[in-house]
Amino acid sequence: MTPILELRGITKRFPGVLANDRVSLSLEPGEIHALLGENGAGKSTLMNILYGLYQPDEGEVLVRGQPIHVSSPNDAIVAGIGMVHQHFMLVPVLTVTENVMLGEEVLQAGVFLDRKAAAARIRQISEQYGLAVDPEAYIKDLAVGIQQRVEIIKLLFRNADILILDEPTAVLTPQEVTELFKIVRSLVDKGKSIIFITHKLKEVMAIADRITVLRLGAVVGGTRPAETTENKLAAMMVGREVALEVQKAVAKPGDVVLRIENLEVLDERSSLAVDNVSLEVRAGEVLGVAGVQGNGQTELVEAVTGLRPVLAGHIHVGQFETTRASPREVTELGVAHVPEDRQRDGLVLPYPIRDNMVLSTYYLAPFARGVVLQDEAIDAAAAQRVQQFDVRTPSIETPAGSLSGGNQQKVIVAREFSRPSKLLVASQPTRGLDVGSIEYIHARIVEKRNNGLAVLLVSSELDEILALSDRIAVMYRGGIVAIVDAEIATKEYLGLLMAGVDPATVPLPEKRVRKAEAVF
Amino acid sequence: MSQSAASAAPGPVRAKRQFSWRQALEALQVPVLAFVTALAVGGLIIALTDLGVLNELQATFGRMAPGGWARLIIALVSALAAGGLYTFAPRLWARFRPEAAPSPRVLSLTRLGIALVGLLIVYFLVRAAGFAAVIDGAWGAVRTAYGAMIEGSLGSLSAIASALQSGDRAAIRQAFYPVLESLVSATPYIFAGLAVAVGFKCGLFNIGVEGQLFIGAIFSVWVGYTLKGLPTIIHVPLALAAGALGGALWALPAAILKAKVGAHEVINTIMLNYVAFRLSDWLLNGPMMRPGTANPVSPNIELSAHLYRFFSDPIRFHLGFFIALGVAVFVWWFLFRTTLGFELRTVGTNPNAARYAGMSITRNYLIAFGLSGALAGLAGANEVLGVNHNLASAFSSGYGFDSIALALLGKSHPLGVVLAALLFGTLRSGGTRMQNVAQIPVDIIGIIQALVIAFIAAPAIIRGIYRIRARGAAEAVFTRGWGKS
Repeated sequence: MTPILELRGITKRFPGVLANDRVSLSLEPGEIHALLGENGAGKSTLMNILYGLYQPDEGEVLVRGQPIHVSSPNDAIVAGIGMVHQHFMLVPVLTVTENVMLGEEVLQAGVFLDRKAAAARIRQISEQYGLAVDPEAYIKDLAVGIQQRVEIIKLLFRNADILILDEPTAVLTPQEVTELFKIVRSLVDKGKSIIFITHKLKEVMAIADRITVLRLGAVVGGTRPAETTENKLAAMMVGREVALEVQKAVAKPGDVVLRIENLEVLDERSSLAVDNVSLEVRAGEVLGVAGVQGNGQTELVEAVTGLRPVLAGHIHVGQFETTRASPREVTELGVAHVPEDRQRDGLVLPYPIRDNMVLSTYYLAPFARGVVLQDEAIDAAAAQRVQQFDVRTPSIETPAGSLSGGNQQKVIVAREFSRPSKLLVASQPTRGLDVGSIEYIHARIVEKRNNGLAVLLVSSELDEILALSDRIAVMYRGGIVAIVDAEIATKEYLGLLMAGVDPATVPLPEKRVRKAEAVF
Repeated sequence: MSQSAASAAPGPVRAKRQFSWRQALEALQVPVLAFVTALAVGGLIIALTDLGVLNELQATFGRMAPGGWARLIIALVSALAAGGLYTFAPRLWARFRPEAAPSPRVLSLTRLGIALVGLLIVYFLVRAAGFAAVIDGAWGAVRTAYGAMIEGSLGSLSAIASALQSGDRAAIRQAFYPVLESLVSATPYIFAGLAVAVGFKCGLFNIGVEGQLFIGAIFSVWVGYTLKGLPTIIHVPLALAAGALGGALWALPAAILKAKVGAHEVINTIMLNYVAFRLSDWLLNGPMMRPGTANPVSPNIELSAHLYRFFSDPIRFHLGFFIALGVAVFVWWFLFRTTLGFELRTVGTNPNAARYAGMSITRNYLIAFGLSGALAGLAGANEVLGVNHNLASAFSSGYGFDSIALALLGKSHPLGVVLAALLFGTLRSGGTRMQNVAQIPVDIIGIIQALVIAFIAAPAIIRGIYRIRARGAAEAVFTRGWGKS
C-alpha cells in the first residue's frame, strides 16, 4: 500500500545547527505514528517543514505517492495536512463556530457569514468522530481538553486526512488524556492518519501503532510498542542507559519548616485562587502538590515566596512569620525557589549566565563590596557552578537565552541550590525538559531532601509527583482536597481527586508496594 | 554526575570582558549605515529641491532626442536588472550552482560588485542620454551643501594647516572655532541623551527630558544670580547641583505615579513638559524677569557661576564638555559596575525576574527617574552656566526631544550616547553654516536626524537594503513598557 505521507531524506540546516539530518518517515493510511524525541531532537523542525513553515534544504515530501511542494500552511491544508500546535491557536472571545470558520469562512450570498451552516457541519463532524463540543460556546468558557477538540475539529472542517498532534497531552489531566486517546482511535477508525509527537514514553506505548525515534536531528530507529519497552525507548532517545527510577531512601521528617494556616490568596482577576489552604512541610520530606494547572498552585507558590499579597491566613518559615514578607525577606530566610516559568521569572534571558547565577545574591559578599560589583568573585562562582551543575555552555558569558531549556533550568537550580537554604519551593521543575535533564534535576531534589531540606514540590505531572513526594496534597479549585501518604496514592486515585471528585466517595487504594516509579 | 559527563562538557571559559573590535564594529554597523543612508536621502532631497537642477531637468526633457530616450530606457532596464540580481543573488546561485554554496563573504562581495557595476552603467547611460548637466548640477548642489556643513562643523583642513603654519594664535583659534563650537552644541546632547538612556535601561520612557531641562535651568540660573560673593569653586558646583535637583524633582512625580498607581510615564512626562514650559514663561515674565526690561529674560548670573571658558570670545568652548564626559563615565560605572545599576538594568530587562530575585521595582523606578531627571537638569544647567549666562524662554531648541533619538542611536549605552551626541552636535552646528552659505534650510538637518531615527527604530530597513544578517540576542531592549506594560 502506498503510504499516505512520506518524507524522504529531509535535511534542514540552521546556522551552526543541523536540525534535521536526512530524516525519512512514512505514514500508512489509518495509522498512528508516534514521533518520539527529546526537546531539540528536531521533531518540531520536521513538522514545521511538513506544515510549510520552513523549507527543507534537501529531501522531498510525498502525499499519496505524489511529490508536493509545501511553501506555506495553506499548501499543507490543501494537501490534506493539518496540525494541532502545542499552544492552541484559538480566539478566546469568539465562539467555537467562529473559531472554526476563521480562514475558511462559510458565506451566504457571498458576503455574509453563514454561522448556521458552519455550526451544522461542526455538529455533524463532532457526532461522526465522538468529539462532543457545543458550537455556540465561547472558547474562553471551555476546559483545555475541549479546546483541543476544537482544534481537531478545525482540521476536520478543512478536510484534513493527515493530522499532526504536537505534544497534545502536555496540558491535559489523566482523564482528559484517556478521552483524547479515545478520540484519536475513533479518528483512525474513520480513516484518518495521525502523527503523534511526544516525549512521553508511556503515551507512546499506549497509543502508537509505530514509533520513530529522533535524536540530534536524525532517525535513530523505528519500532512497535509490542517489540520494545520504555527503558529501551528512553535509551534510544537519550543515547545512553537512563535510570527511569528515582532512588530514594525512606523519609526522616524533622521539624516543621513551612507552616501554612488557612491561607487565602486572590489572583489577577481578584477572585479567590487559594481558598483556606493549610499544610505543613517538614525538614527532610517532599510534599508534592498535585492538581490540574490553574487550580491555585501558582498563587499558592507566589504567596509562599512573597511575590503575591496574602488576603487572609498565615505563613511561617521556621519560627518566622512571612505572611507579609517581601520576596527578598523570604529569600534571606533560606527559601530557594525554582519558579514555574523559568523564562518569565527565573532568568533574565539577554543576561550572560554569570549574571543569572547571582541574580538573587548579587548584593551580598563576596559578589559586592558596598555597591560595587566584584566581577572576579562573580566569575569564579559562576564558573564553579557551571562545572558543578553540569551546565552545557561554551562560556559563562553566553546569554542565558541561547541555552537549551534543560540547561536554562540547570542555571536556575545551580543558583538556588548554591545558597544556604532550609526550604525549597520547586514549581514545575522539569516542565518541557528532556529525559536527561529530568533525571538530573530529580536526583538533585532528592539529594536536597536527604540533606534535610523541606521541599514543596508543585507539578502537574502526576508521574513526577508520585516519583518524588513523601506526601501528596491534591489541589482543586484553590482548596486542598486531600493530603495522602505517597505510599498509598495511585495515579487513578489522584486523577479522580484532581478532577474534583469528592474524596469521601473514592475508596482509598490498597497500600501499594513501593516500587520504583517511572517518571515520564 | 558521572566523571565522563562532566569532562565531556566544554569547560567554562573564565570570563574576559576585554574590548573586542569585532563586537564594537558590529554594534556600529547599523547606526553608521543608517547615518550614511540618511545622508544619501538628504542629498537626494537637496538635489531635487535645487532650483537650478530643476530648471536644467526641464530643459533637458525639452530637447530630448529619440536616442536619448532609448538610452534612458536601457538605463532603466539595467537598473532593474542590477536590482534583481542584487536581490535574488542567493536564490540564483542556489538554482544554477547548487553544489557550491557561497560563503557569506563571497556572497556579500558579489553583491557589492553587482551594485557597483549596475550603478556605473546606469550613471554613464543617463549621462549619455543628455542628463550630464543635470547630474553635474545636482552633484554640485549636494557638494556645496554638505561641504558647507562640514566646514561649519569641523572647519576646513587647509585653514587649520595654514593657521598652524603661520603660528598666529588668533588664526589658530579661528581655524579651530567650528570644531569647538560643535563640541559646545554636543554638550547638552550628552547630558540629555544620558538622561533618556538611563530611563530606557530601566524600561522607562522619559519623554519629559525637555521639561526637566527647563526646570533644571531655572533652578540653576536662580542660584547663579541670587547668591552673590561666593568663590567659583563653590558657586559653580552649587548651581550645577541645583540644576540636577530641579530636573530630578520634575521627573520623580511621573515615577511615583507609575510605581504607585500604574499611570503610564509617557503620558505624565509629556504633560509635565507643558507645565514646565508655562511655569518658566510665567517666571520669566514675573518673579524672575530681569529688572528694567520688558523681555522674558532672567538676570545674568554672577561671574562666579560661569563655567570656565578655555578661550577668549567668540569661542564658547567651556568646562561643561568635560563635565559631560565625566558624567558619562560615571553613568557607565553606575549601570555596569554597581549593584544599583545591576538592579536597574534587571528591572528594565525582565521586571518579573527582578521581582522574583527580590528587587524592588518601585525603588528602581524612582532611582532611574531621579537619575534621569538629574541628568536632564544638568543639561539645562550646563547651557545656562556655560553658554547663555541667563535664561530666556526659548533657550532650548528641543534638546530634550532630540535626545530621545540620540539615545536610540547610541543604543542606550553611555559610550554610544556620547558618540551620537557628538554627531548631533556636529550636524546642528554645521547646519547653521549650510543655511548661510548654501541657502539650504537648516530643516534638512531635522530630516536627516528623523531618517536616522526611523532607520534605527526599524533596523530591518537597513538590514534589508544592505543585506546584513541580524545578530539574534544582540538586539537591545529599549521599548519595554512602551504601550501596554
